[in-house]
Amino acid sequence: MSGTDKRNFALAAMALAMAALLPLFDTGYWLALGVSLAMYGVLATSWAMFSGPTHYISLATAAFFGTGMYIVGGGVEILPFPVLVVIAAVAGAALAVLVGLTTMRISGVYFVIFTLGLAELIRQVVTWVQTTMGSSSGLYVLTEITESMIYWQLLLLLAVVYLVGWRINRSRLGLALRVIGNDETVAAHVGINTAKAKVILFVISGTVASVTGALLAPRWTYVEPTIAFSPMISFQVVIMALLGGVHRLWGPLCGVIPFMLLWDLISAQFPNQTTLLLGVAFLLIVYLIPNGVVGLIESRLKRRSSGNG
Amino acid sequence: MDILIGGILLGGTYVLMALGLQLQYGVARIMNLANGEILVAGAFGAFWFYSGFQANPFLALIVIVPLAFILNWGIYRYLLSPLVRRAKSRGQLEVDSILATFGLSFIFVGLMLAVFGGEYFSYGYLERAVIVLEQPYGLNRIAAFCASAALCIALVLWLNHTRSGLALRAVAVNPTAASLVAIKVARTSALAFAIGGAVTASGGALLSMFLTFDASIGVIFTLKALIIVILGGVGEIRGTIVAAFMLGLAETAVASLIDPGLTLAAAYLLFIVILLVRPQGLFGSRS
Repeated sequence: MSGTDKRNFALAAMALAMAALLPLFDTGYWLALGVSLAMYGVLATSWAMFSGPTHYISLATAAFFGTGMYIVGGGVEILPFPVLVVIAAVAGAALAVLVGLTTMRISGVYFVIFTLGLAELIRQVVTWVQTTMGSSSGLYVLTEITESMIYWQLLLLLAVVYLVGWRINRSRLGLALRVIGNDETVAAHVGINTAKAKVILFVISGTVASVTGALLAPRWTYVEPTIAFSPMISFQVVIMALLGGVHRLWGPLCGVIPFMLLWDLISAQFPNQTTLLLGVAFLLIVYLIPNGVVGLIESRLKRRSSGNG
Repeated sequence: MDILIGGILLGGTYVLMALGLQLQYGVARIMNLANGEILVAGAFGAFWFYSGFQANPFLALIVIVPLAFILNWGIYRYLLSPLVRRAKSRGQLEVDSILATFGLSFIFVGLMLAVFGGEYFSYGYLERAVIVLEQPYGLNRIAAFCASAALCIALVLWLNHTRSGLALRAVAVNPTAASLVAIKVARTSALAFAIGGAVTASGGALLSMFLTFDASIGVIFTLKALIIVILGGVGEIRGTIVAAFMLGLAETAVASLIDPGLTLAAAYLLFIVILLVRPQGLFGSRS
């Protein structure tokens, strides 16, 4: 571990500790915002770990998220919460393996469509199962878990995601992914098992999303398919990660924070125009900041240092 | 038997939207995820004409088709061709165009929500039953099917028997080679994109005659059109037509035998099977 690594670790640990203090000061609006920030931070970072190097745009976040949430919703009266989280992780991983194995060998467009439909498919099936079983379409999640606890759990998950991402970046897998990202044909020619590398990353990202869903289930006391599998989650994750920049591990978080703050402000002003705004945000990012905020800052810094030197 | 006829009637109207997407993806090489919203816009157009002027949906097509053509041409010319020029590789273009058309689709949904609101819409045109083989079918479904078939035949004839149609097919096969034989690739792509949009919108206008729709339903149709295109094979007009009927049949069968809530699941199952067994599509050749 080099000196800069140690410094970065210390900085990250400090930032995390500071963030963890939030529930001591406020348990109302700011904590709710903090939970949202942590949730999208985890989702966007894990999304970028897969989609950044591979250029596969996954819209399956909602599918995994909803699966995790439903596992907790369905089992909360039978099994203890930690066990359910583990089950959610396993289920998310299994689902990701299935999806990965079917789609990774083919073109990126099919993957986008496939993942877009996946959440909708699971939602239809869950709704169908629930209505044919005779119960109502929702589930009650009644636990003792407070919002502060959810927040701390999410922060812990975020730390784990960062550690895993950091480990992958310096492993053979990380190198393989960078080669795949530059040119997949080259990667295949130098002997990289491209499908395997992509599936592994997709499984990591799917597992994290599923666990996030499981952790957040107690926040809504009533879970419904339309909430749990809302495609809005997938789209927002994509847009936040892109806004921040997917080429750096810490990029997505730089997108999550400003986006959430702005989104909160704007959608409160125009509650009926959120879809329109999301569309405008998509176009702005694609046309004006294709490399994200981080890419923008980095190219500025580079220009300045080359200008001085 | 009524599943068969119902499926064919439904598939016949799916053909148009799938051909529209096929032209956009196969020729212009843009995966247009706002395709479903163009379709819904066509449906709203027909609804508006019917409720505002009592004009029948076929007359509305005369206005909707040119409007959709101009709109889509503008989208390609001003929004997408800068991306085509900027892209360093096919993959980069794919990612950028997916994101941009996604943004567009949200903007369309937002605009339609703002204008028409979030309710479900339908109107009663030709709501009479016609007995076919001792089973009643809505006259509006049959009329939509016939109009769709007529449009399809016109489109296929145009593609196969005119010079501009030939240019389109040449670009679909290989843009670089097409430019070597003096075909203006950029213009042909824009034309294909615009015609694709017009065809999709007319499909929407016809679907609206018997389907209830709302402002945010477009994404479902985008999915279905994509499944049809992939099922039939990218760039394959014949394949698209066959695949549209297959999807129509599969959905009708699931809706009447199991549960109407599972139609998308049926379409999806078809998609997964085709990806696993024949990723190049039924009629596509392995590249």
